[in-house]
Amino acid sequence: MNSVMSVLRFLWDFVVGDDWRIAAAVAVTLVVMLILSNNGAAVWWLLPVVVLVMLSVSVWGVARSRLN
Amino acid sequence: MFIACTVEAVEALTIVLAVGATRSWRSAMIGVGVALVALAAVTAALGPALTTLPINVLRGVVGGLLLVFGLQWLRKAILRASGLKALHDEDAAFTQERELARRAGAVNAGLDGYSFLVSFKGTFLEGLEVVFIALTFGANQHDVPLAAAAALAAVLFVTAVGASLRAPLARVPENSLKFVVGVMLTSFGVFWGGEGVHANWPGGDSALLVIVPVVLLFALANVRLLRRAVATPSGSAERVRA
Repeated sequence: MNSVMSVLRFLWDFVVGDDWRIAAAVAVTLVVMLILSNNGAAVWWLLPVVVLVMLSVSVWGVARSRLN
Repeated sequence: MFIACTVEAVEALTIVLAVGATRSWRSAMIGVGVALVALAAVTAALGPALTTLPINVLRGVVGGLLLVFGLQWLRKAILRASGLKALHDEDAAFTQERELARRAGAVNAGLDGYSFLVSFKGTFLEGLEVVFIALTFGANQHDVPLAAAAALAAVLFVTAVGASLRAPLARVPENSLKFVVGVMLTSFGVFWGGEGVHANWPGGDSALLVIVPVVLLFALANVRLLRRAVATPSGSAERVRA
C-alpha cells in the first residue's frame, strides 16, 4: 500500500507539480468545453483564456507570498 | 522536442559526472545503462498503447496532460526569470552532488551502491520527463519513433559533449531553454487539448502560429511586471528562494 501511495504521489508531483489549481482549472475547462462543443457552441477561445489567467494567478500568488 | 530533451540530459549529465568523478565511473555508468533500459521499456510499453486510442480521445487526454505539464515548466521559468526563484546553476548542482558523494562513506570496490543508485535515479527521473514529452508529441503526430529518435539524438549529443569535456555543461543557457520549452509545451497543449474536446480552431493548424507568440508574449509580460514588483524596495529583500 505504501509503495502504491508513493507511486501515486510521484505521479502527482510529476504531472501536477506545485500548483494543483492549474491542473484542476485545465481539467474542468476541458470538460466544460467538451459539453459546450457538443452542443454546437464555438468555445475554442476558452482554454487559452483560462490558461493565461491561471498562469498569472499562480505566479502572482507566489510573488505576493514572497514579497509581503 | 530536441531542446526539451537537451535540457533534461544536461541535468542528468551533471549528476552522473559528479558521482562518477568522485566515486566510481563504472558503477555510475551501470546506473545510467540500467536507467536507459528502463526508460526504453516504458516508451516501448506506452507508445504503441497510446497510438491505438482514437485521435480525439488521445488529443483531449494527452493534450490536457501536456498542457498541465507545460504550465509547470512555464510557471517555474517565469518565476526564475523574474527573480522569484533561484536560477538553475549546473556548476552549483555539480558541487552539491560531489559533496554529497564524498560524504556517502567508503567506495565499494565492486559495484558502488551509492554511485549506481544516484546515477540511476538522476537519469531515470530526468529521462522520464523526456519520455513523457516524446510520447505526447509522438502520439499526437502518430510518429512515436521520430519523437523517440529526436530525444535519443539530444541525449547522445549531450553525452558526447559531456564526455569530451568531463565537466558540467554550465554554459548551456538552461534557464532560457526551459522558458522556450515551457512556452512550446503549453502552446501545443492548448492546441491539442482544444482539438480533443472538439473545439474548432480558427484557421485549423495555423492557429498554432498565433497561440505560440501569444503565450510567449504573455509570459514575457508577466516576467517584466514581476521583475518590476520585486525591484521595489519592499520586495527586494527576500525575493529569491530556491
